[in-house]
Amino acid sequence: MTYFPEEVVEHIFDFLGSHRDRNAVSTVCKAWYHVERFSRRNVFVGNCYAIRPERVMARFPGMKSLSVKGKPHFADYNLVPYDWGGFALPWINAAVRRCPGLEDLRLKRMVVTDDDLDLLARSFPNFRSLVLVSCEGFSTDGLAAIATYCRGLRELDLQENEVEDHGRQWLSCFHESCTSLVSLNFACLKGEVNAGVLERLVARCPNLRSLKLNRAVSVESLNEIVARAPYLVDLGTGSFAVDHHTDAYQRLMNSFSKCKSLSSLSGFWEASPHCLDAVYPVCINLTVLNMSYAPAIQADDLIKLISLCFKLQKLWVLDCIGDKGLAVVASTCKELQELRVFPSDIYGAGATSVTEEGLVAISSGCPKLNSLLYFCYQMTNAALITVAKNCPHFTRFRLCILDPWKPDPVTNQPLDEGFGAIVRSCKNLRRLSLSGLLTDQVFLYIGLYAKCLEMLSIAFAGDSDKGMVYILKGCKNLRKLEIRDCPFGDIALLNDVAKYETMRSLWMSSCDVTLGGCKALAAKMPRLNVEIINESEGSDKLEENISDLHKAEKMYVYRTVAGPRNDAPDFVWTL
Amino acid sequence: MDGGVGYVDMDALKATELRLGLPGSDPPEKPPPTTTTTARPTKRSLDEDRAARREPSEGGRATSTRATKAQVVGWPPIRSYRKNSFQAMKAAAEAAGLYVKVSMDGAPYLRKIDLEVYKGYKELREALEDMFKCFEGCKGSEYAITYEDKDGDLMLVGDVPWEMFTSSCKKLRIIRGAEAIRGLGSSQ
Repeated sequence: MTYFPEEVVEHIFDFLGSHRDRNAVSTVCKAWYHVERFSRRNVFVGNCYAIRPERVMARFPGMKSLSVKGKPHFADYNLVPYDWGGFALPWINAAVRRCPGLEDLRLKRMVVTDDDLDLLARSFPNFRSLVLVSCEGFSTDGLAAIATYCRGLRELDLQENEVEDHGRQWLSCFHESCTSLVSLNFACLKGEVNAGVLERLVARCPNLRSLKLNRAVSVESLNEIVARAPYLVDLGTGSFAVDHHTDAYQRLMNSFSKCKSLSSLSGFWEASPHCLDAVYPVCINLTVLNMSYAPAIQADDLIKLISLCFKLQKLWVLDCIGDKGLAVVASTCKELQELRVFPSDIYGAGATSVTEEGLVAISSGCPKLNSLLYFCYQMTNAALITVAKNCPHFTRFRLCILDPWKPDPVTNQPLDEGFGAIVRSCKNLRRLSLSGLLTDQVFLYIGLYAKCLEMLSIAFAGDSDKGMVYILKGCKNLRKLEIRDCPFGDIALLNDVAKYETMRSLWMSSCDVTLGGCKALAAKMPRLNVEIINESEGSDKLEENISDLHKAEKMYVYRTVAGPRNDAPDFVWTL
Repeated sequence: MDGGVGYVDMDALKATELRLGLPGSDPPEKPPPTTTTTARPTKRSLDEDRAARREPSEGGRATSTRATKAQVVGWPPIRSYRKNSFQAMKAAAEAAGLYVKVSMDGAPYLRKIDLEVYKGYKELREALEDMFKCFEGCKGSEYAITYEDKDGDLMLVGDVPWEMFTSSCKKLRIIRGAEAIRGLGSSQ
């Protein structure tokens, strides 16, 4: 291979899609390292504190597309304080200096300010695509800057961000000459947009294929939009509350029937049952359907809709679909690959919810199922064993039984055997979330069988340190481990400290690890950052008489070549 | 898979144990010492639960010695974005007056229904009959469904178009017996 000219090697590397493959070839020899680094266009940084931005840009001068992740995953559930970190600015600054040809930026769980967006908008003349997922810190002013200065913008995708509404008509900031939009998603914004501006924007962007509106966009406006963009592939409706007796509703139905390319639908805010009739004409082509923000749609109406969706591959619903509804999904959606069932009432057993029966039905009816997120109030070992047998192809299996420590209601046993069956059967399982009553036994099984597992989420489980040790010993490919409220302590933590350098990160909160244990870990492993997040009042300084026996309420450990970070707030101690 | 690795059937053991006290009232067992525990400054609502929980627990902690679900931070694991959306939607739905109380003369408690769920008067009537059938005296007793509108007046259900009704109805009242029959026009 080393006798080939560089251009040939580079051309061969072009066929390597994944970051991991490219990372692997760059370690083969110096020549390959050099060829690879100059030819890498897409750079992915899984932990923004694992490496300094300047170093990334220096290594990959040809970078066109950058993806960075910030806060740990449990930040999604309010376990990480607001100002913990994950700032986008250092990355944008570094790119401004070293990578002016940047085209795409994707940030997840990071803090992005309006000034950051302004800087971004003005600094990269070829900028095409901005994707922000679960970020915070910015407002519609920042969006206005993006709209104003990114002349060739193709994609603005805002997923589940907390965006302050400053009322600025940011959408109007897209210049009349901007006709390049392919994808626009502002579903997470709370404020109004000018309907006329939106409609004109849609009308002048002939390549628009993905459009996700926010709740403030009316049905009338939706109608205008759909009429002007019949080539849409992916649509998120705005408010879907409409009186089905009106002309507006009829027009909507007509517009939808003209959308021959529509394959993905979401939104349906405030949808009421009879409104769904308008959507029936497109059901036959749907591959993606997200009804998880429509609590007013009950099982019968969902069933009517879904029974037309033969091609469905991805379905997100609320648990009011019930086991009955899931049975219909199982008999209709033979192409289903991903299912997510969210709880509609999180503070008590809902009137309708799903049980193990629904899951078993899905598993027997949908042989291609590989990704599951399922919230329910109960689960049995027998059901999980059946599911494991029916669906050996799971790559992602996340089960959330809403009551912590809940055993199998039929046998009163822990769910060790059920989850054990899942890991034994699903040899390609990469992501797993556990719940229900679980002993150390389930961890023995996971360590024994889940050899491909990369991400494991554990809550309210286990009996002793042995549980965690089984995981660390057995799961060779583990990258992310997050644990809350489990009886794992220093013995488990310190059992194999070198393991953590093979992983991206470890999170432990409300467990039994002590400050002393964390200090010991930090002392042994200089290339790990061991952060303690301390939220109790009055103790901002590590030095203050805190015994090493004191429990570490929240600990976040990650490998890094950047050393301790310099932007940590007072309540975060890096040991 | 050998499910019996390391297990002792505590239930069977406990059943044969002689002890004073009423059946079914087990004193909480002491947790086995794992690491030394010291007092922590931050109180967690689950502290007591975990201490009580550390039994070789197959016996099923069926019900809660635990704090209510609402107190556990970050549980269930739903993104705050989704949680907030739901709360906003629920608040909006309830504020719009779609959920209304339904009272029936003689019934010991009221019910609540969501008018949005029904397509028209017939469905509403059927739903109410179903809901209150356990309270009906003799079969076929006369009753009238009335509602209180925005102005506080008691109106007969069925006179105005359905959408107008749902937007003005504040609560429903089912009147039974003689009052119902008296001069309310055509049978419903």
